Amino acid sequence: MKNKLWIVAAFVLVIALGISVGLRAYAAPVDPKGTSGTVVKIDNFSFSPASITVPVGTTVRWTNADDIPHTVVSDDKTTFKSKALDTDEQFTYTFTKPGTYSYFCSIHPKMTGTIVVQ
Amino acid sequence: MHDKKDRKPGEIEIADQILHDHNHDGIDRRGFLKCMAWAGTGAFCVMKGGVLSSYSLGRPSDIEKHAAKGELTFVQISDSHMGFDKAANPDVVSTFKAAIDKINALAAPPAFMLHTGDISHLSKPAEFDTVDQLLKTASAKDVFFVPGEHDVLNDDGKQYLERYGKGSQGAGWYSFDNKGVHFVGLVNVLNLKAGGLGSLGADQLEWLEKDVKHLSKSTPIVVFAHIPLWSVYPEWGWGTEDSAQALSYLKRFGSVTVLNGHIHQTMQKVEGNITFHTACSTAFPQPKPGEGPSPGPLKVPAEQLRSVLGITDVNFVHGRHALALTDSDLV
Repeated sequence: MKNKLWIVAAFVLVIALGISVGLRAYAAPVDPKGTSGTVVKIDNFSFSPASITVPVGTTVRWTNADDIPHTVVSDDKTTFKSKALDTDEQFTYTFTKPGTYSYFCSIHPKMTGTIVVQ
Repeated sequence: MHDKKDRKPGEIEIADQILHDHNHDGIDRRGFLKCMAWAGTGAFCVMKGGVLSSYSLGRPSDIEKHAAKGELTFVQISDSHMGFDKAANPDVVSTFKAAIDKINALAAPPAFMLHTGDISHLSKPAEFDTVDQLLKTASAKDVFFVPGEHDVLNDDGKQYLERYGKGSQGAGWYSFDNKGVHFVGLVNVLNLKAGGLGSLGADQLEWLEKDVKHLSKSTPIVVFAHIPLWSVYPEWGWGTEDSAQALSYLKRFGSVTVLNGHIHQTMQKVEGNITFHTACSTAFPQPKPGEGPSPGPLKVPAEQLRSVLGITDVNFVHGRHALALTDSDLV
């Protein structure tokens, strides 16, 4: 009985560690040199960087640093579409297929960006 | 708070703005409102001989002498952004109230008000409710709305239509007549395309063509929409991609006035028979076209946030400029 409990406890620990490592990996940029990354900042009515290249399976996170709400919407308006993001709000999307994904802010359509998935 | 002996050379005018520091936080609310007055106002419009003249509500003495000569007066307010609480103006309720106070102070109440969009900041029901409640305190009871892009977030304008779209067509466009003037409210904030500008769309253009077809060319026309119907600064999205077609339907009329919001500052332009105006926001100013990195709210540096000096300075300088534009007579 005691052994069983230990096994369960160890199992829980392993899972918890796995989750925390996973979360950290998710938050860190894919390329530490900064040529590409998984974080796109929305600032001064623009996406920064405006274009990034990421491997298949990458989750890209957009964070709105402006005082004005913005959206993140694929040009076809169906592949991905965020709600209006107020200041500091985030949107994430995981790219599972290779391709070039152009997107824009549907409130301020002059704001455009591209995610290249390889 | 700011005695004469504390002033440095050159600070006199700015320090003079602080008169009542009741909360001892360095912010003189009356002074702040006074300095925000240019932003917290609307435009007072007088129709005279079929031609519209626009005046800033910040200059009531100008208004009174002109209003008496007109056959129709109304007020345009815009960009109340209810719900906005950032540094550029943490109290948009007060500045909106200040605008209504100015309207109520007019000797003769205007026939009605036009609100040219961005009623709310985030399309939240409570934000619309607050504006509706405040508008009930205005001397002019009828308010005609068009949506801004902030009013149609997340639902393609469904909520806006439910609240304000009674009797309208399509996404909320409509027309009405008052004292021989034909008013047209247009919607140019929906179905925007990547890289594009404001958009009216084929359905609305078709409706507009039919709507004005039966009118005699001597009918004065007032068109109002949120995003400017002329190219103010396309780089910042300050224009409407299919506005030229809309305006082509209005070319045969003797007097056409276009009223817009969106850019949070006053601008005027005359092109043939058409006069364009943009209105100030009741909430916060935006930079002049191309000045600064983006069209975001003009705000004071963080270290000046609690000091009326910064707020006054920014608003005062831009306010004076804006008023200088607004005060010009268009006739």
